Amino acid sequence: MSRNTYIYILIMAVVTFAVRALPLTLIQKQIKNRFLQSFLYYVPYVTLAVMTFPAILHATQSPVSGLCALLIGILAAWLGANLFQVALSCCGIVLIVELIIPFFS
Amino acid sequence: MDLYNTRNVNKKCFLQGLRNGIPIGLGYLAVSFSLGIAAKNAGLNAVQSFLTSLLCNASAGEYAGFTLIAAGASYIEVAVMTLIVNARYLLMSCAMSQRMNPDTKLHHRLLMSFHVTDELFAIAIARPGYLNPFYSYGAVLSAAPCWALGTALGTIAGNILPLRLVSAFSVALYGMFLAVIIPPARKNKRIAGMIIVCFAASFAAAYLPIVSEISEGMRTILLTVIIAAAAAVLFPVSQSEDNGNEP
Repeated sequence: MSRNTYIYILIMAVVTFAVRALPLTLIQKQIKNRFLQSFLYYVPYVTLAVMTFPAILHATQSPVSGLCALLIGILAAWLGANLFQVALSCCGIVLIVELIIPFFS
Repeated sequence: MDLYNTRNVNKKCFLQGLRNGIPIGLGYLAVSFSLGIAAKNAGLNAVQSFLTSLLCNASAGEYAGFTLIAAGASYIEVAVMTLIVNARYLLMSCAMSQRMNPDTKLHHRLLMSFHVTDELFAIAIARPGYLNPFYSYGAVLSAAPCWALGTALGTIAGNILPLRLVSAFSVALYGMFLAVIIPPARKNKRIAGMIIVCFAASFAAAYLPIVSEISEGMRTILLTVIIAAAAAVLFPVSQSEDNGNEP
């Protein structure tokens, strides 16, 4: 069955909006359930971590440059670089490493 | 007179938001470029990727969606994945709900919800007192077009640019993910440990027999629910800690 890209986009848009709009419109009180609170607190970190590795190794032309991007990204973020700077340093290291790699193979 | 004052404050907030949204928009322009490449790889054209970014405003959520579209996943899978990956916006929206003036009208609440992102949430919540909807509108007006435009450019230029540059731009998105998860990990050892567990589990799941047969999107959902639930049971978070670490 072939699927329609615009229906995919519509589904993503509706679900994303619902996720953002429901709490803001419905919740008038503080969330009390400790487990739910903790679960929601950890979810963003887990999702992003799981999506980053090992996928970053396959995003580039060589796993080596992907690994370098991961390490530089972690280092830059650890040292307090902002979102833009971290993203840029990841791109930069991939560019450099992939320029160098041919000389070693 | 009172009405006049309110309108003045709203106008000031709007202009402040407009200004504060500019650096965020510039960052978006660069990062969304790599999202556009992911969209292209999933078979979307520039109009479709522009539309997706304009309507969703979600880096990780859109990226996950594109991966699933590329794999020809079912509509249900895309809906569930979008829900899971964007769960952090649920949390941010919850946090924002605690900072709303109780008199805020429904249409303002709905409009404010539309663009709850890591960055815009951060600058909105960092301001003292009740959240002013007009501040958010200003920031969105600066940042959102950049996000959509960058995505479309990535989809178009992903075809034109040399492979080496595409390869470099593709990691911008992961860089952004790292910029969100690493600073809290530095402050909180449990988050740091959890991220290491995530990397290891995700790596194992990608290569182990049987588990690696499951689609990438489904693996992300399962790993997220299992690891986050385990962490919630083992290391419950107190409310004050939660607020302290929010980006």
